[in-house]
Amino acid sequence: MQAQLPFSPEQASNFAPSVDTLMAFLILVSLFFAVAITAAIVIFFFKFRRKSEHEVGVPIHGDLRLETLWIVIPGFLALAMFGWGAVVYVDFRHPPPDTLDIYVIGKQWMWKVQQPNGRREINELHVPTDRDVKLILASEDVIHDFYVPAFRVKMDVVPGHYNTMWFRPTKAGRYHFFCSQYCGTNHAVMGGWVTVMDPSDYAAWLSGSSGAESPLVAGEKLFTEKACVTCHISNGTGRAPSLNGVYGGTVRLADGSTVTADESYIRESILVPSAKIVAGYQPLMPAFQGQLTEEQILSLTAYIKSLQSQPIPATGAGVVTTGKK
Amino acid sequence: MTPAVNQMPEEHYLNSTYGIRSWLLTTDHKRIALLYLASVTFFFFIGGIFATMIRIHLLTPTGYLVTPETYNKLFTMHGVAMIFFFLIPSIPAVLGNFLVPLMIGAKDLAFPKINLLSWYIYLLGGSFVLYSFATGGLDTGWTFYTPLSSVYSNSAVTPALIGIFINGFSSILTGLNFVVTIHTMRAPGMTWFRLPLFIWAQYATSIIFILGTPVIAITLLLAALERAFHLGFFNPALGGDPILFQHLFWFYSHPAVYIMILPAMGVISEIIPTFARRPIFGYTFIAASSIAIAVIGFFVWAHHMFLTGESTYAALAFSLLSYLVALPSAVKVFNWTSTLYKGSIAYDTPMLYSLGFIGLFLIGGLTGLFLACLGLDIHIHDTYFVVAHFHYIMVGGAVMGYVGGIHFWWPKITGKLYPEFLARVAAVTLFVGFNLTFFPQFILGYLGMPRRYHNYPPEFQVLNVMSTAGASILALGYLLPMLYLTWSMRYGKVAGRNPWPATGLEWRTPSPPPTENFDETPVVDWEPYDFKNRPDLGLATPTGPTLAPAHGDD
Repeated sequence: MQAQLPFSPEQASNFAPSVDTLMAFLILVSLFFAVAITAAIVIFFFKFRRKSEHEVGVPIHGDLRLETLWIVIPGFLALAMFGWGAVVYVDFRHPPPDTLDIYVIGKQWMWKVQQPNGRREINELHVPTDRDVKLILASEDVIHDFYVPAFRVKMDVVPGHYNTMWFRPTKAGRYHFFCSQYCGTNHAVMGGWVTVMDPSDYAAWLSGSSGAESPLVAGEKLFTEKACVTCHISNGTGRAPSLNGVYGGTVRLADGSTVTADESYIRESILVPSAKIVAGYQPLMPAFQGQLTEEQILSLTAYIKSLQSQPIPATGAGVVTTGKK
Repeated sequence: MTPAVNQMPEEHYLNSTYGIRSWLLTTDHKRIALLYLASVTFFFFIGGIFATMIRIHLLTPTGYLVTPETYNKLFTMHGVAMIFFFLIPSIPAVLGNFLVPLMIGAKDLAFPKINLLSWYIYLLGGSFVLYSFATGGLDTGWTFYTPLSSVYSNSAVTPALIGIFINGFSSILTGLNFVVTIHTMRAPGMTWFRLPLFIWAQYATSIIFILGTPVIAITLLLAALERAFHLGFFNPALGGDPILFQHLFWFYSHPAVYIMILPAMGVISEIIPTFARRPIFGYTFIAASSIAIAVIGFFVWAHHMFLTGESTYAALAFSLLSYLVALPSAVKVFNWTSTLYKGSIAYDTPMLYSLGFIGLFLIGGLTGLFLACLGLDIHIHDTYFVVAHFHYIMVGGAVMGYVGGIHFWWPKITGKLYPEFLARVAAVTLFVGFNLTFFPQFILGYLGMPRRYHNYPPEFQVLNVMSTAGASILALGYLLPMLYLTWSMRYGKVAGRNPWPATGLEWRTPSPPPTENFDETPVVDWEPYDFKNRPDLGLATPTGPTLAPAHGDD
């Protein structure tokens, strides 16, 4: 932890101090060059003023050593900025294991949030301190962007894709979140508040839920209602592969390639099954593109993720190697 | 300066023929430059009015002036007018058109009729865009991100897309014209390394025009087709990919930033040696850096997309390449600053603009490093930090260069001098007003205010009011030159051939030049910006040791 920069929002996540420190480094380097060049201009300005109307300057054409110097030194500083920035970014793009997963759906012009136990919120997000939180982001219409300045993180919410972002809140409080990708008329009011709570307060808040179904339960129901269960039989005897253990594992496809079964793969396989056919199976499954809401897709995904711990049948499994830890 | 003995030439390009037809059907590059001057000024005025309304609206957190729909249209139309119809054509089509043949000792561009055609294409494209503005406006942002633009927007998107598509051909034709002219029509003795750096900058810009513009044209056409016929290139509901649009859009639109700034850098490279009265420091490095920027500039586009979910490897590659493109810009700044060393510096108006340019471009360039930094971009992407950064480059850089260039060559274009004192006041006003307007926006961005917001949390108000206050000073800084430059066309003192004096070929012909540019084809036997071996300039022979052999080791 380090002292807060002036003119910066509150630091309320694990990323805030690292982003601010990086900012301080870039400001220092920039100030050095800005001051050095401005000083040179001001000094030359006064020192080499034209003294008589017909005076001419000294014809210096250049200096190879100087040119080399001012390519190489800024080059190394640029590399340092790049490398340091890359470290923070790679950390941000790779969530740690065992995150608290919260589903966030953006639509013109509101945010719908669903907690792991099913509790729903609109334009509000409750998270506990000192817990790695992963947001799974989906959009029902145009591109949005979920941005929490106090956490120093944002991520685009793109229709047709899942994006994820993670952070670990460090300080209880209420902080703005904004949509920061222009999305039409009410873009500027498509925001709300993140409430960061102590873990016990968060647990109490969560249990005060209105008894809504968790995504997992809703997903299990949908799995039957939409007749997925008639082919994807868990013991591997159906016309489609068993989904036990699929999430996080490696799947072999009909063309011989393999793919890791993450959220995006599951989503695609529901919406456009013909895109990636599992080896040994026929392309029989109907496409659900346009048939399911984003929430239903998220619920189905949550259910399929829960099958990760189920026993994998000897034959008829969809998965080659599991991603279980 | 010896204005007393100067006289306007009896016949020149402005008075050789008369009547509206002689202008609308002219193939003289100098007259076409003036046609462009009038039309880009018109679009600058329109874009400026939108900007003024934006700043007034943002005086209060809930929005002072207009509805959210109107606000979104204002910033969209501000961007479209300023970028596609002012900044991109400004220096190339006005100053470039006027100066490229004069600077290389040619009678005209290689294809004079195509040059006129490109102005008419610009007008046609501009008419479509004005039609869009007048019939419902445009609310997609100048970036036209899909599926907002291709499916969801209810504004007049299609005519605007068609207008920008058409306008692209104007850029391509201008670029081709410049490249062919610079290759084939240089005067005897005008070797590549004797070319003014302005010409190198125009050459680099032309390459981007030719290679980049077709990509934006087809991209916007695909978006228009998706909007009109539901073809599903970018709309995920139809199997398209919205991110593909961003790749295609920025493949042109990032190099387009260099279309705006490279010519301004060319202007600065002419002005600084003239008023420091010594050769430019590191000629070959400045020339090569223009080409390097044009080439590397094509490989950085996805730095606009670090947070779209693009792969981490792509983000790493594009961040590294973005730092690479910063180096040639830094090289230019160091060389310009070194050109002041041991010069004989006068602070005429064009020089004030150039020094202002260095200061503002420096801030714009350095803050670009912040945005290229992956770990910082996750916080400042799509905030006011970005807005401040690109205005420092495009307004602080490109527009300062353009206005400075207009002043520098005004005596050549009109044969008259502008009022020097008033012009210096305007230059300082612009510099101060610009900083007051846009510096607070860096802070707003780091505090977390997203861009394109018609209202905002109350804690951001103080900085927004400061920005608006600065903008009123900035507006004054733009109005002043429009007034006194117009005034000077009639009442200004006669300039003479070479009032500064400067070393370029364009200053060896009368002001204003004859239609044929030169009475006889000039022969070049001097190095660029060489005041020492130019007795015709009427200056003293420089004293002091020559610290480096004349042009060769740089």
